[in-house]
Amino acid sequence: MDFDLTDEQKALVEAARDALSRHKLIEQIHEVLDGGESPDLWPTAVEAGWTGLVVSEAHGGAGLGALEAMLVFSECGRLLAPLPLLGHVVATAILDADAETVGAERLGAFAEGAQRVAYAGAAPPSDVEDAWTTDAARGLARAAAPTAEVGGSEATVSGTVAWVPDAPGADALVVIATSAEGPVAVLVDGDAKGVSVESVTRYDPTRSLGHVTLDGAKGTVVGNDEVTLAAAWYLAQGLIAAESLGSVEIALEVSIAYAKERFAFGRAIGSYQAIKHGLVEVLRQMENTRSLIYYAGWARQEAPEEFALAACAARTAAGHALDFAAREMISVHGGIGATWEHDAPLYFRRSQLSRRLLGGTGDATDRVAGALLTAAAPA
Amino acid sequence: MDLNDTPEQAEYRAQVRAWLEEHKAQAPVISGPGAIEDEQELVTAHRAWQRELAEAGYTGITWPKEHGGQGLGPLHQVILNQEIQRAGVPGIIDVIGVGMLGPTIIAHGTDEQKERYLAPMLHADEVWCQLFSEPAAGSDLAGIQARAKLQDDGTWVLNGQKVWTTNAQFSAYGLLLARTDADVPKHKGLTVFIVPMDAPGVTIRGLRQISGEAEFNEVFFDDVKLEADSVVGPVNGGWGTALTTLMFERLTIGGGGEAMGYRADRFAQVLAADEAARVDPDVRRRLGNLSTELLAVRFTGYRLLTAIQKGQIPGPEAGLGKVTVVNAAIEAGELIADVLGPDALDEDGEWAYLISFLPGLKSAGGTEEILRNTIGERVLGLPPEPRLDKGIPFSELRAKERAEVPA
Repeated sequence: MDFDLTDEQKALVEAARDALSRHKLIEQIHEVLDGGESPDLWPTAVEAGWTGLVVSEAHGGAGLGALEAMLVFSECGRLLAPLPLLGHVVATAILDADAETVGAERLGAFAEGAQRVAYAGAAPPSDVEDAWTTDAARGLARAAAPTAEVGGSEATVSGTVAWVPDAPGADALVVIATSAEGPVAVLVDGDAKGVSVESVTRYDPTRSLGHVTLDGAKGTVVGNDEVTLAAAWYLAQGLIAAESLGSVEIALEVSIAYAKERFAFGRAIGSYQAIKHGLVEVLRQMENTRSLIYYAGWARQEAPEEFALAACAARTAAGHALDFAAREMISVHGGIGATWEHDAPLYFRRSQLSRRLLGGTGDATDRVAGALLTAAAPA
Repeated sequence: MDLNDTPEQAEYRAQVRAWLEEHKAQAPVISGPGAIEDEQELVTAHRAWQRELAEAGYTGITWPKEHGGQGLGPLHQVILNQEIQRAGVPGIIDVIGVGMLGPTIIAHGTDEQKERYLAPMLHADEVWCQLFSEPAAGSDLAGIQARAKLQDDGTWVLNGQKVWTTNAQFSAYGLLLARTDADVPKHKGLTVFIVPMDAPGVTIRGLRQISGEAEFNEVFFDDVKLEADSVVGPVNGGWGTALTTLMFERLTIGGGGEAMGYRADRFAQVLAADEAARVDPDVRRRLGNLSTELLAVRFTGYRLLTAIQKGQIPGPEAGLGKVTVVNAAIEAGELIADVLGPDALDEDGEWAYLISFLPGLKSAGGTEEILRNTIGERVLGLPPEPRLDKGIPFSELRAKERAEVPA
């Protein structure tokens, strides 16, 4: 048994930390919150090879797995890197599975980051939901995934997908739609006729989102294998979980440092049990999340039938951990932690939005229960 | 990431599996349907099973060979435990002796003590119990009051009381922590002794818990005479000796909650049988959350084993697994009782037992609060809570504590 990162994986983490630390990201995000321009980290991602992380080597990528992608996302999460990589990694995973249709040149362009693609995803059916669904623009009910008319390798897609990560400015979109033959992935160009992307920003200035509307948009069918399309959704769950883990790490580090240097009643506040126990709780949730992310990475490779459960469990743990850690970060700092200039609110904003995207933490939790109840149900 | 055995581990697993397959018919049923009801009979059968395991080389896996052990690594112990669980047979009866007390004697005992006690312990000819906690000293273990007084002839006389003593009712010996000098600060005046449980002046009483069952004992010592050679490690150096035991305790109970039956799939089973519960969003949310916690512990356990395999000694953060498991299991008990209603609280049923057992388990092996203090200080590097007992002789400390209690 060796349930730890390999030397190569550790090197990947170190390189990512190094590449991101060259930017003064947190300072820049404060500026973005004040209306400034968001830093362009895409060249950093290209240089580091992250744009082709999960694309096979034969198609110009790094040929790495879900775990490596999650490790990179964790590093991005530490500094809240405003990098439109979530959609790109999930979409390229789908494209790589059908490389023949996509074509070597197009896939290569995505892998090397010359073009950027986003993922207008849909959640697969569950034990209590029969249909492929997307996030609604507003409200508790899930929305129907777009529909596709398939003719050969082409498809015409109509429908809307709300809150699509990284959609604004994307060169292309992989849209998950339902058709008469079942679910399909359709690659459409960002500027194709019938495609419109409304840029929407909410609360977290580091996260680019778009409402995608498709009105008879034409594209190429790049996948109809239900397992692959479902795995893409779960990969997105794992990536958000990993990104959250990174944010929790920094929230804990910063809180510990402050708890050691801030004094009250003649003692460092970190010596009080009320503070200490809260920070240990962050540690507990953080390490549980890390273990589940390793589980998801392992399952994707070695036990694909467990990947959905593992990724949803990771997302669940990460969502709770980030909520708790971001609130602890504020409360350990006292009033100052709740001010505009402090870093804590940036992590709090990240926590608020992240936990509501791509089905939200709650949908992932429901799927954990669903997987277990289904396995337990008498045949 | 690789959860597979190495070829050498796989070979060991195959060997263990084959042996268990051949011998499992001789294993006693110790719990569940068909379990031996008479306690005396149960203990006899369980001891015989340990003897059989010992003779086949399946006890003392990590003990050095010169002391009758197998000289193998902790991963071999894990493989053995997994195979024992898979075969549906009990493990050894004396987990406390073989897991914690034997290793303490190996580390600190005299050659004579090793020669005399270790082999009978491995074979369950003599079962052992741990006599550390007291009614007034649990988390603050160094505050124990059981007193051993040195006599002119070099023997000792022991007085005091211990509590939470598992297996005391059928143990031959206990490893006991006593105060031997009250006029020095509390960590400095302690000594570890081997106590024959049948010595005159030893009284053992079952201690019933919430469920009504007595899984622990309280043990009283009235002028119990101990020989000079019953001291383990240095006189007044017992704190260091006891820390060895506690370190092995962490390794022994670090195995996780799944071995204790706190598994997400077990809880899902009973909920899945209820049509309404299966589709209820609140039930599903609660099940999803607690299952996530239990799954996390399983994979944190694999990380821990990997670290152990690489020669690292687990730090206090390993204890967080127990915190997670206990709290998730408490949530499961709550959820199951909410779904099943009062019927879940049938005293003879498995859920009432689980619900009754967990509040106490929260404090077993150290309270959750003390564990969080230790981890906060040793792992996160947070400053310690100011202490009022540092450097004060134990006798003065006791007087001070008494003076502070309002009459």
